[in-house]
Amino acid sequence: MPKLREVCHHIRSKVAGPFWVTVDLFFDGEEKYRKYRDCEELSPALFHRLYGVDPSLVKRIPVDSLHVLKISFPRASPQGGMVERDMHSGQQYVRLLDIELKA
Amino acid sequence: MALQGNVKVLVPCGSLGSGVRESEIEYGLAKGAHVIATDAGSTDSGAAYLALGKSKNNRGAVKRDLGILLRAHARTGIPIIVGTAGQAGGDLNVDWTRDILLELVQELGISPKIALLYSEQEKGSLKAFNRQGRVRPLPPLGALEDSTIDACEHIVALMGVEPFVAALEAGADVVIGGRATDTAVLASYPIWKGAPWAASWHAGKIAECGAQCCLNPGDGAGVLLTIDEAGFEVEPLSATNRCTPHSVSKHMLYENSDPHHLHEPGGILDVTGAAYAPLGERSVRVEGAQWIVQPYTMKLEGAAAGDYQTLMLIGIQDPEVLDNVNAFHDRLLDALYERTRKSIPAEELGEFHISLRMYGWNAVTGDVPVNVPPPREIGVLLVATARTQELANAIAHACNPYFFHYPVVMNKELPSYGFAFSPADVPRGQVFEFKLNHVVAVDDPLSMVRMVWLDTHGSVTAA
Repeated sequence: MPKLREVCHHIRSKVAGPFWVTVDLFFDGEEKYRKYRDCEELSPALFHRLYGVDPSLVKRIPVDSLHVLKISFPRASPQGGMVERDMHSGQQYVRLLDIELKA
Repeated sequence: MALQGNVKVLVPCGSLGSGVRESEIEYGLAKGAHVIATDAGSTDSGAAYLALGKSKNNRGAVKRDLGILLRAHARTGIPIIVGTAGQAGGDLNVDWTRDILLELVQELGISPKIALLYSEQEKGSLKAFNRQGRVRPLPPLGALEDSTIDACEHIVALMGVEPFVAALEAGADVVIGGRATDTAVLASYPIWKGAPWAASWHAGKIAECGAQCCLNPGDGAGVLLTIDEAGFEVEPLSATNRCTPHSVSKHMLYENSDPHHLHEPGGILDVTGAAYAPLGERSVRVEGAQWIVQPYTMKLEGAAAGDYQTLMLIGIQDPEVLDNVNAFHDRLLDALYERTRKSIPAEELGEFHISLRMYGWNAVTGDVPVNVPPPREIGVLLVATARTQELANAIAHACNPYFFHYPVVMNKELPSYGFAFSPADVPRGQVFEFKLNHVVAVDDPLSMVRMVWLDTHGSVTAA
């Protein structure tokens, strides 16, 4: 079973305003993009498990022209609070790298 | 007003103070730029800049960049538009930028007509808007409470293009805007000149971070936008860089939760049908975006200043600690809480918080790693949070010996971990947090904005 990192050439995360995180999955070519764009493994439930986010607020937006799947979700706490550990959310993507997808 | 030919917007950098290149300005002017427009900040670096009214970029760097732009204006007469002045665009941030501008105007011996746009909001009127039902929350937040408004140090409303257009219409040579959407700052001049709204907003979004939309974002600082009746073109200002359809369209993803729909004051930019095509060797032509007019709203940003923090940092290479970092973290944290409670009387202490961030282990996530081999070393950052700086310092002082010597094995000689500094504690100031994610419905895009004109001797007249 391939891991997410093996079917993407680039994966990144960043704040999208102080209350949201956005993750961009740049798939390795059209074939892999089509295959995994709608896959069940990258479900709102996964984001609930990894980031504690309300599944109903997870947005999943395919961008066909770029072979990118964009997934955006609210931060667990607003940017910069007392227990902030990743001000720009730039490291949040790492938890996704080893998610296993169907072969 | 119908558009005559095209409008060329010189975007000199991603943020004023980040490093404008004179050679790039020359290039853009030689290409016939009609205006220079840039933002000077964003929320990305956190709420401190709005809460304190401070710039993130250094004063010298902002003055240098603004000086280059002003000299270009002095030579050519084209206007300069700056938005989100001083990083956060609050009134203090605008005034900080105004003072730099006035210093430059004197040094250069020029006399531009200067408009300042203030978009900071008074708490009383926001509460009144809220009572009138004109304030709406955006997810994930709920309805706005008066107490949330009161908790904020400063609150700004994000301007659209209209205040900038009003300043240009009244003859401004230099516009220094408070908080505005990045896009509005760049879209305002073309819209004033009669360019299509969709192409203007789309061009503004693509160029909001300067050369970030180019193939090599590290080569050069700015881009040139050319907006016409059918769409727009984007070209790097650095002669050695290129824009490609991929590099340009990719920018729609950047720091944006939805790459197809951009909510702006007065409308939604819908780029679902946009097409990006190469143009020559270095440029990209873009067509097909739609501007969907919506009831006019302005987004609010509010920054609160909370409790105070004091830090201590140690490095640990002791193998006995590294063999079970999770257990060491839990026992040390318990010991520090207990030590603090024993050292400082409860009535003085009040609510407090201690957190240990195990750098090299799990500091970024705070989760509990399992089946992970021991690291070579870890850095342990202690963050003590309390309602005053003195109290946060006192907690750090109380914790100091335990943090420094806490053993894995009791009844042995105490270890000494590697403090990074002496004194070991670093008072770091307050915690700053964004509190608002709400929009206000307004009938008139100028009603929440104050325009002030400066004459070149620095005296102020309200419009």
